[in-house]
Amino acid sequence: MSDTIPIQLTVNGRQRSLRVAPHHTLLDVLRDDLDLTGAKECCLVGECGACTVIVDGRTVDSCLVLAVEVDGASVTTVEGLARDGSLSPLQQAFLDRGAAQCGYCIPGQLMSAHALLETNPHPSLDDVQEGLAGNLCRCAGYQQIVDAVLAAADGADR
Amino acid sequence: MSRDGVGASVTRGGGYDRVTGRQRYVADIHLEDVLHVKLVTLDCARARIRSVDASAAWRVPGVRLVTTAEDLPRPMPRFGPQFEDRPVLAVGETKYHGEPVAAVAAETRDAAEEAARLVHVDYEELPAVVTLAAALDPAAPLVQDPALRPGDPFATTNVLREHRVAWGDVDATVADLVVEHVYAFPMVTHFAIEPHAFMAAPDGDGIAVWSTIQHPYWLQRILAKLLRMPLSKVRVLAPDPGGAFGGKQHTKYEPLVAFMALRAGRPVRLVLSLEETFQAARRASASVRVRTGFRADGAFAFQDVAADYLVGAYADIADRVVSKGSYPACGPYRVPAGRVVGRGILSHTPPSTAFRGFGNPQVNWAVESNIDEGARALGIDRLEIRLRNLARRGEAFIPFDTPADGDWEQTVRTAAARIGWGTPLPPGRGRGIAIGIKSGPTTGLSYATVRLLADGSVIVYAGTSDMGQGARTVFAQIAAQELGAPLEAVTVVMGDTAVVPYDAQTSASRSSVLMGTAIQRACGQVRDQLRGMAARLHGIDEAGIVVERGTVRLPDRELPVLDVLRRGLGRLGGELIGNGEMRKEEEPGHPLGGSAAFWEFNCTAIEAEVDEGTGDITLVRHVTVSDVGRALNPLQVRMQDEGAAIQGLGHTLMEHYIFDDHGRIRNLGAIDYRIPTSMDLPLELHSEIVENGDGPGPYGAKGMSEGALLCVAPAVAAAVRDATGAVIRELPLTPERVWRALHGEPDRP
Repeated sequence: MSDTIPIQLTVNGRQRSLRVAPHHTLLDVLRDDLDLTGAKECCLVGECGACTVIVDGRTVDSCLVLAVEVDGASVTTVEGLARDGSLSPLQQAFLDRGAAQCGYCIPGQLMSAHALLETNPHPSLDDVQEGLAGNLCRCAGYQQIVDAVLAAADGADR
Repeated sequence: MSRDGVGASVTRGGGYDRVTGRQRYVADIHLEDVLHVKLVTLDCARARIRSVDASAAWRVPGVRLVTTAEDLPRPMPRFGPQFEDRPVLAVGETKYHGEPVAAVAAETRDAAEEAARLVHVDYEELPAVVTLAAALDPAAPLVQDPALRPGDPFATTNVLREHRVAWGDVDATVADLVVEHVYAFPMVTHFAIEPHAFMAAPDGDGIAVWSTIQHPYWLQRILAKLLRMPLSKVRVLAPDPGGAFGGKQHTKYEPLVAFMALRAGRPVRLVLSLEETFQAARRASASVRVRTGFRADGAFAFQDVAADYLVGAYADIADRVVSKGSYPACGPYRVPAGRVVGRGILSHTPPSTAFRGFGNPQVNWAVESNIDEGARALGIDRLEIRLRNLARRGEAFIPFDTPADGDWEQTVRTAAARIGWGTPLPPGRGRGIAIGIKSGPTTGLSYATVRLLADGSVIVYAGTSDMGQGARTVFAQIAAQELGAPLEAVTVVMGDTAVVPYDAQTSASRSSVLMGTAIQRACGQVRDQLRGMAARLHGIDEAGIVVERGTVRLPDRELPVLDVLRRGLGRLGGELIGNGEMRKEEEPGHPLGGSAAFWEFNCTAIEAEVDEGTGDITLVRHVTVSDVGRALNPLQVRMQDEGAAIQGLGHTLMEHYIFDDHGRIRNLGAIDYRIPTSMDLPLELHSEIVENGDGPGPYGAKGMSEGALLCVAPAVAAAVRDATGAVIRELPLTPERVWRALHGEPDRP
């Protein structure tokens, strides 16, 4: 087996030091080493968005990022959205608007939506549809997902 | 309607876990001491296996097991829901691209993957048949060994089975106009975002198997038989699947992981890649010839339908897909003479299986399109011709089946009104309208257990799989309604055959109707016990006591259920347990083994615009209207309808497998196989429901999760034709295909 390389990263606000195989992706490390299984494995080629997480403020497909590349970075996963047991406004909107059906794509959708609202707090419908275009939902709950993002954005106004 | 109960759009059960990442799907479950499994496959569809040499694989550090056909019982164990034709591993010959020849189990995924690559299979590629024409060629190689189908007259052909349904005399019926065309439907895949995943572990003197399966009890039965274990020693754990759509109904690699776990004496896990999932489950493509006879006034004289479905190398549930899917091909119309011949054609392709809509969208696309052809030729409006022939409530439109069970005209007129049928359109726009129908379950069996605990809270045990349709939520609403408990005090337990009573299956949009009824009956037993308690406590006759919505009504007063329960249970506490059962028995002699429990009925109307320069279709408006009887949770109903509608746009506009000369799927995976994204939605999508409380389920509900997918394709194609005049009889309506049709270029296969 290949040698491992030490990395340090901040995951959901918590400092983590670990040794990773050079060919392991961020997704591998999150799921297998840190037991953060919110990011999902599906296409592994950066098309489905189920593994989306936020690295230093930008969304990435964690299946396409080697773990060694995020040495020193700050990573937010779906597990980091709720604070002290209370859902973020976006999570609450997903729940209230029925955005989650089977739920498998939802962590990725939430991360893309979270990053979108961070950079564009008042997105238009087109902005949201484009911002989530990289996240496939085969239940095709797109209308409810988009509604939820727009509702969460509205809520930010108040 | 109450806040918690039936008819309210309550928050999804399991929703909190789904938005926090806590929901544990099969692949998220960590078993201690687990071995990782990787499949060994060949780079072609059909090959004679000469030998398998695993010596290099065994040398990879961490490899604990390499399983080939030689390591499994002889003769090779075979299984399947209809025919026991599928081997645990390929033996002698592979039959489709992706069929496993061997499997490796190792301490890490890396080691398993490396070792799987090092398993050397010496093989000789053989010619494969991957199209209907090739499979039906008299000189074609036989996909299945005739010895697998003793006594079957079709065993020496590639026809799996042929199903005929007929009434009236088609050949003797005279029509003023006969329209005949052939329509093609593509091979598409479920593409659930959760790839299939399987785990198995020795469990005392039995086995525990985790699977993304929709039908855990059917899997349990198959495993028990293969492993020669009693049912009680085979525990199937089935966490909520991450999308299924029919692709996870039936056993796939669970037998393999079970044999490997027993051999290794350790837990094993196999998580398929998306590519492997494409090779494990897909919908049957089809070629459908339709000959429709019309009278001059637009009344149908006859329908004559011949549908060939290209199924895979093993039957899975495909034969049922063919029989039940082709069966209502003549549509929800008054058809004096009808004849439907459906055939499943075996090929060297991945086994086709159930997929939302079963085998109906294939024939629906063809027959609805052909009706439009007739209407145009007769100069009759396309909506009008449908209304003229549509079965009215109570009409036996298929003479030996459940009569029309809804006000279907209301559904069609609602869709027509919402699309603005008959109103002027801007230039370059067109409209289409189509009707979809599908038989609900023809047989079924569901048990439910309901426990009313000492504090008034409730646990419901239901063997349905909640794969996103929201069964968990609806079941909790039913129990809350029936027992008057607050929704947050109801827990629904699913997905464990050792704990939850038997349910035949989660398919055919059955669960609200069949399991919902079983839950209602279980709650009824609990209420009966409460009446007995109240009678005993108050020294009165049970006949004078009514339990309703959380209240016990005595002749002279009303008491909260909790009050009666606490006093009745006494100091030892305890609980009340109710059991419910819902059966839909077989009907001998019926072509499908049973009549429809209900009909799923939908009308879809489309307004579209076509870019004549690129062939790109813009869906300006998509209206889908379903007759659901009663919406137990209106938000979930809308999600199911809209999801089905968008999924239908997949096979209509973009999805199809492409095979190469080696029988390999060329567009394997998410880069080359496109499904609808948030950028592919209609500009407006309207879903509406018709609720007349006329279904057989709780509170008048019908099943409803598939209807909105059934007739998307004919409605879109009709709108394209209306807008441009382009006639296309092959799906999907890709820009290239549309452009070619517009510019008189021949289509390319």
